[in-house]
Amino acid sequence: MRQGLVRALGGAAILALVVGAAGCNSGSDNDGGGGSSGGGKNCGYKIAFMGALTGSAANLGINIEQGYELAIKQYNEKNGADCIQVAKFDTQGDPAVAPGVARQAVSDPKVIGVVGLPFSGESEAAGPILNDAKIPNISPAATNPTLSTHGWTYFHRAVATDKNQGPAAAAYIQDVLKPQKVFVADDQSAYGSGLAEAVKAKLGPMVVATDKTSADGKQTDFSAIVQKIISSGATVFFYGGYYTNAGLIRKQLTAAGWKGTMVGGDGVKDPGFAKAAGNAAAAGTVVTCPCAPASEAGGTFVADYKQTWNQDAGTYSDVAYDATNIFLKGIDEGNTTPEKMNEFLKTVEYTGVANTYKFTDTGELDPQYLKVWAFKFDASGVDQPVQQIKLTS
Amino acid sequence: MTTVQTILRWRGPDGGVRGWFGRQPRLVRWTLLAAIAAGAYALPYVGEVPVIGPQIVTEGVDWRTALFNISYFVLLALGLNVVVGFAGLLDLGYVGFFAVGAYTVALLASPNSDFKTNWPWLATVPVAIVITMISGVLLGWPTLRLRGDYLAIVTLGFAEIIRIFAENTTLLRGDRGFSGIPHPPGKHADGTPIFGVRDAGPYYWLGVSLIIVIVLAIRNLDRSRVGRSWLAIREDEDAAAIMGVRTFKYKLWAFAIGACVGGLGGVMFAGQNGFMNSASFQIQFSVLILAGVVMGGSGNIAGAILGGALISYIPDRLRGVEIAGQDAFQYRFLMFGIAIILIMIFRPQGLIPSRRRAMELKDRAKEVAPQ
Amino acid sequence: MHFDDLAHNWGPLTASGLAQGAIYALFALGYTLVYGVLRLINFAHSEVFMVGSYAALITWGFFGLDENSATPPATEVIGYVVLGVLVAAAISGITALVVELVAYRPLRRHNAPPLAFLITAIGASLVISEAVGVATHRNQRGVPPLIQPADAFTIGNTHVTNLEILIILLTLVMMVGLDRFINRTRLGRGIRAVAQSPDTAALMGVNKDRVISLVFLIGGLMAGIAAVMYLFKIGTTRYDAGFSLGIAAFTAAVLGGIGNLRGAVVGGIIIGLFENYGSALFGSNYRNVVTFVVLIVILMFRPSGILGEALGRARA
Repeated sequence: MRQGLVRALGGAAILALVVGAAGCNSGSDNDGGGGSSGGGKNCGYKIAFMGALTGSAANLGINIEQGYELAIKQYNEKNGADCIQVAKFDTQGDPAVAPGVARQAVSDPKVIGVVGLPFSGESEAAGPILNDAKIPNISPAATNPTLSTHGWTYFHRAVATDKNQGPAAAAYIQDVLKPQKVFVADDQSAYGSGLAEAVKAKLGPMVVATDKTSADGKQTDFSAIVQKIISSGATVFFYGGYYTNAGLIRKQLTAAGWKGTMVGGDGVKDPGFAKAAGNAAAAGTVVTCPCAPASEAGGTFVADYKQTWNQDAGTYSDVAYDATNIFLKGIDEGNTTPEKMNEFLKTVEYTGVANTYKFTDTGELDPQYLKVWAFKFDASGVDQPVQQIKLTS
Repeated sequence: MTTVQTILRWRGPDGGVRGWFGRQPRLVRWTLLAAIAAGAYALPYVGEVPVIGPQIVTEGVDWRTALFNISYFVLLALGLNVVVGFAGLLDLGYVGFFAVGAYTVALLASPNSDFKTNWPWLATVPVAIVITMISGVLLGWPTLRLRGDYLAIVTLGFAEIIRIFAENTTLLRGDRGFSGIPHPPGKHADGTPIFGVRDAGPYYWLGVSLIIVIVLAIRNLDRSRVGRSWLAIREDEDAAAIMGVRTFKYKLWAFAIGACVGGLGGVMFAGQNGFMNSASFQIQFSVLILAGVVMGGSGNIAGAILGGALISYIPDRLRGVEIAGQDAFQYRFLMFGIAIILIMIFRPQGLIPSRRRAMELKDRAKEVAPQ
Repeated sequence: MHFDDLAHNWGPLTASGLAQGAIYALFALGYTLVYGVLRLINFAHSEVFMVGSYAALITWGFFGLDENSATPPATEVIGYVVLGVLVAAAISGITALVVELVAYRPLRRHNAPPLAFLITAIGASLVISEAVGVATHRNQRGVPPLIQPADAFTIGNTHVTNLEILIILLTLVMMVGLDRFINRTRLGRGIRAVAQSPDTAALMGVNKDRVISLVFLIGGLMAGIAAVMYLFKIGTTRYDAGFSLGIAAFTAAVLGGIGNLRGAVVGGIIIGLFENYGSALFGSNYRNVVTFVVLIVILMFRPSGILGEALGRARA
């Protein structure tokens, strides 16, 4: 009987745990007070972030979130501590989770803009909801060209699509690296495979062999693809994918004695690449990015980011920072409803740390501002700008 | 003392609430169940209830979407409960059937599909049911001769194979996925669709209705000859075979029925989400559903419902919770893991244990040497 | 189908596949030992492995070694490697013990049904990997270049590196040692006794709880060693590194005959090889398909694995 009591109490304890956890709500809905503490004129609004903060793609999402949060922090330093509130929504990078958090975000009347969603899949799933709710969003990383073809008037993206970046990367390979043989692989993500397809199409017969890897976190042993690259005789290896896998492949290629040049897209332009591969192996790797070097824009973004988050800015951190600043600029100019904000986004021309942004009717970046730069990792693991790639199409 | 006794009585397999419930006349029992069902339909409005309501609704995710998610998790748990709880077959690849159901809808209904059929959602449902049942049989045929944990790893393998093909073949579109999957039919008086993009409530109500139908069907099945055969197979397959139970046939039935219910979950999911890609069918998902079934009480329909609901609800509810002033969203799976361990330690038979299984285990406990 | 790729690269694929298979084998020993004794799939074993990999990296970090350090002189390298292996094995072993104490022992006390153990194992696995994920910002961590791969010998286009030889040799040594331990020592006899019949063993005076703890400890030690080998071969680790590797290792254990130590090694090697051959033949994205097809086909003909179930001849 005593054991029965213990178990019954245990059951009650579990119940208490769940309810107790439920008891300490963040209560973010009702603590409003409409910017009472803010010194600026347009306070009390929220700019939401949606993206992967847990799950296997969390490292990418966290980079972006930190860029977003940094912009708001800096804005609040000028305009009062609680002027614009941070509202983070974790999608786990999963299109099955995205609709729920999107509905929650749009139900908050203070949210007048969304930075996100980083991946194309979750953008597809959440896009109809944001559009229906008339909340403008700027995606800092979703590159699938189809996203702008759904007629969503509230959708914007601050990056070039695979259609723009792939040919540029191929042009760089063709004109600068001038290899005889190229090996192309991707990680089967919408981003990676889209990029790799574009590169393959442009390079044509120069591509001697191709392969596909599993997504980030699903594969760590790349010995088979490394062996294929070596035996194909390719001197350039293009990888469409993100830095986690790219760093591992780079390291294992170097360990196996391959001496060629690895080329990647903006998903590889991350300090995490050099961290995984080690600076020695990473050195010489070329990454393309539809963005301008941060040094061109001046400013202190790189240092500020490092100081705030105690780590280097990663892939798309800068784009998210810019996207957030576009919204903040809109708020500064008195666009304090989602509709007005959307009108503002139609006309804004904003120069940030990564690019100059102006959106077309479908929410794409204006082609005249599309620049693709090539960067090269140096011996200290930092990607240094090499040159702007001429877009010939 | 009386409270303690009440708590204790609540536990006993034949005493307590459940014993009391079993002794009531048919009418009372059905009225109570109807009241519970009505309560389930009213859950989207629970936030309006003072004091308790705001504690129940989720913070970081839309409450009605969370409820819809619960509804398809419950469907999956019900289906897996047939396989694991009734027939005693350990299936670690259940998400495979969920994927088959969802992909059937996507292929037939999405404008992205190579088939270009563009069927409405409703028309895909019977096709999806048939195809998932067939997939259950196809998968079961070669594997059901295996036992216990061998079956577990093989089913896991099959689910991975399905996922990898979804990721790689152009027909299934991989990570690019299918967009524009149509929603269930129906229009309000003013012409706006009942199943829209903003409000997940109708999807939830549809889910609850489906759950009620499935529960009735499974309950009847469990009490029929089929259910008794499953019981026999679960307890001792060799003995059952000797007594003339056609074990392979009934195991295959369990697989097919489980697959069909899981596929329905996928159909609901695709119809609500409107977009799907290969990212939503990870092994971890199968493992989670299994955790739900066992946590709730393997072999018990009420247990499967509770367990399936909890595995979806707990992580969603933990969004927006603050620890020491910090939003603790990133700790929510950590807390979820702790909750799983605690629940299993304190209620090893599950939250609502199967009465039959409890008796069997009690029986078995006698055979074990004292510690 | 790229038969020419496979034929041309057969040698190098075999060499690296053997090394990868050896890591799976070491990892699979933990699954197989626990299964042999408790009939329990220890889902949390993958996290035991992951914790071991971080333990080694943090240890080397104390000496100022990170992914950008220069390779230290040979004598120091030996010291670092040995130290890394020892710490990783110790921490993994302790983690496995803690998991046993916190997640499994209370269930055994309550005489819980077998599936309950599987679910607490899943819970424990979630707790450990998420805790590490939060602590590391879910980023990966690179490995210091302690061992520079160099060709030990070359046959045709097959370059066998020092590292591959080290991994395979270490696995064989561990395997033989463990086999002798289980079959020749008093403690090993206790393990076999509990595996055969826990209740009879208890009646004969074997301390069941101690034997079970011992089994978890040994499994953890092996996982720790596997983790260090993995670090050298792969080059990074991450909070979820254990999961997919754990699936492969568990598959290896089942393939060889779960509960059978030698089976784990045979299974590990087969999985390692077929992953590589499959990658060459169908593309790297289909490597797991090949693995699972091999598993299913083998189980159809040998339903309890290649070598059959048995913890050191114990179970008939």
